[in-house]
Amino acid sequence: MTPPVPVVELTGIRKSFGPVEVLKGIDFSAYAGQVTALVGDNGAGKSTLIKGLAGVQPFDEGLIRFAGTQVELNSPLQASSYGIEVVYQDLALCENLDIVQNMFLGKEELKFGTLNEPAMELQATQALTRLSVRTVKSVRQKVSSLSGGQRQTVAIARSVLREAKLVILDEPTAALGVAQTEQVLNLVQRLAQQGVAVIIISHNISDVFKVANQISVMYLGQMVAHLDTKQTNYDEVIAYITGTKTQEGVK
Amino acid sequence: MSEKVTSLASGHEGTLGDQVRGYVGRVKGGEMGSLPAVFGIIILTAVFQTLSPFFITKLNFANLFVQAAELTMLSSALVFVILLAEIDLAAGVTAGVAMAVFIQLIKAQGWPWIPALVVAFIVGTAIGLVIGFLVAKIGVPSFVVSLAFFLGFQGMQLVLLGEGGVYRVEVPAVLAIMNKNLPAAGGWILLVVSALASLALSIWDRRRRSSTGLVNKPFSMIVIRLVAIVIAGSFAVYYMNLNRSQGNIPIKGVPIVLPITIVVLAIGTFLLDRTRFGRHLYAVGGNPEAARRAGIKVVKIRILAFVICSFLAVISGVFHASRIGSVDGSAGHTIVLSGVAAAVVGGVSLFGGRGRLAHAAIGAVVISMIDNGLGLLQMPAGISYLVQGGVLLAAATIDALARRRNGVVSRN
Ligand SMILES: Nc1ncnc2c1ncn2[C@@H]1O[C@H](COP(=O)(O)OP(=O)(O)OP(=O)(O)O)[C@@H](O)[C@H]1O
Ligand SMILES: [Mg+2]
Repeated sequence: MTPPVPVVELTGIRKSFGPVEVLKGIDFSAYAGQVTALVGDNGAGKSTLIKGLAGVQPFDEGLIRFAGTQVELNSPLQASSYGIEVVYQDLALCENLDIVQNMFLGKEELKFGTLNEPAMELQATQALTRLSVRTVKSVRQKVSSLSGGQRQTVAIARSVLREAKLVILDEPTAALGVAQTEQVLNLVQRLAQQGVAVIIISHNISDVFKVANQISVMYLGQMVAHLDTKQTNYDEVIAYITGTKTQEGVK
Repeated sequence: MSEKVTSLASGHEGTLGDQVRGYVGRVKGGEMGSLPAVFGIIILTAVFQTLSPFFITKLNFANLFVQAAELTMLSSALVFVILLAEIDLAAGVTAGVAMAVFIQLIKAQGWPWIPALVVAFIVGTAIGLVIGFLVAKIGVPSFVVSLAFFLGFQGMQLVLLGEGGVYRVEVPAVLAIMNKNLPAAGGWILLVVSALASLALSIWDRRRRSSTGLVNKPFSMIVIRLVAIVIAGSFAVYYMNLNRSQGNIPIKGVPIVLPITIVVLAIGTFLLDRTRFGRHLYAVGGNPEAARRAGIKVVKIRILAFVICSFLAVISGVFHASRIGSVDGSAGHTIVLSGVAAAVVGGVSLFGGRGRLAHAAIGAVVISMIDNGLGLLQMPAGISYLVQGGVLLAAATIDALARRRNGVVSRN
């Protein structure tokens, strides 16, 4: 086994909102071709951590290394220039635009200074096909007419299209039924198989065990455990999440 | 994983019948566009036609176009900000101030009209920049900012023109816009050029799709569209080329304002449909947070929308000055609400992200017909306002109800 290279490596990350310290010195890594689950109870700071990675809400302190080099992430544009794509808990799609338009939003292709619709439509279709997405009727369907699962699919496919190196999914299955959850989890795995580093936030631990290679557990703004899915179990993860077990306790 | 690229549809597939069914489905799904307004035009025509012998006359037909052109321009201006779920109540008075500057540069400073007009547009654009800055950068609600400008600029107009000041526009080029007509051949050339441009654009789009390996809609759709443009256009040009004068000097031809309006609408539509700016404008209107996360410079888009709005508003101000033949301190005070009404009646959503310039034009025809028709019936102005208010309320209600339903497939 070759030692895996972290696509992203965070050290000593801190973030406060006024007097409230939400991230208290976080260390965290995600690897190419692997799904890393980020779990923790409500308010643990998971969303705050990934908003920092997305450049939406920069961290106060700490080191960010991307593919080995130190970087700053102060804007969404900066983050996406490194190949970081985020699929948000509250979906960041424009309902009034269609699938193709959403997939290329902010990265439109031009020809003669005008939108190159055929090229975008083709690439969007190819990206969806590569991920074996069959549930959408038409790529020119407006997002307002899609189900929650279909919207997640579009959001995830968007990151494939942008040749993301790191894709972050914040509770992608939270609002989905059984079948749609299954589909999205399959999609997440196919995404990792394409060599992308995937971070997935989820409250559903059995889902996490289905897709993740590693599990990182946050508890009240601290990272309390990095676990290998194969070497841990449901109860241990729950114990870390609820704070009944700490890393020190293990040692 | 072995599926072909064509496994996902794009809405371009199928026969003419499939396309028609798709369209009906979209309409049923709440994407009515300007369909209610088109029905409105048909009904209004029938009603006014029965009530007044003057409604469908050659003179009134041309008048209606001229009236509607002014409102179309203001309404189109407003579309740019309404698409962002914003409003510019000052659009009318911005035009008023710009025209006051225009006329004073000519009358008091002795400037030639062209540089005076350029300065008027610069003034209008600068006002849009300030409003946009206050809204987008500072975060003052556009309703409040533009209301403040609406009040303030009424004062500004009086300061520039003096109490009760009325100045005649003595610039032949400006007066010609609303009062002069194209020669008979000009109308036909306008029609042929418009039809050919529309045809060329459709064929160009199809070529690009097929060279990328994508399916195209049935060719018959282009033919139908072309035939519709030619028939409706021929009728309008033919009718307007007849002498409509009630006196001895013949008046005939397509009013000059028409080609100007068509060109401005075409450029605006091109901007909205085919450029990155247009796409981003719709995105910000649909979901500003999603747009921001996609890396779109939301503040810049917002400011630009207000700038474009003010610029187009000044064009409507020029049309107004041309039609009235003078500039006075009350220009643009009342038209802004008709402009909003026209946009909403035509199918532009007040919630942002949905609407086209063509909707504004169709809505402007509806509002102008109401105004014009009730005027012919010698109804007091109060009745016209009451009816327009009622129509606006109805349109806004339809908009709110349609928003609850889902759209199905987009145009592209
Ligand atoms: N913009 C903000 N201003 C102030 N406090 C905030 C802000 N954003 C998050 N917080 C606080 O930071 C803490 C962590 O929030 P965060 O959203 O990161 O949690 P989470 O782990 O994603 O929770 P959940 O599982 O419920 O999504 C919470 O206590 C929250 O109230
Ligand atoms: Mg969260």
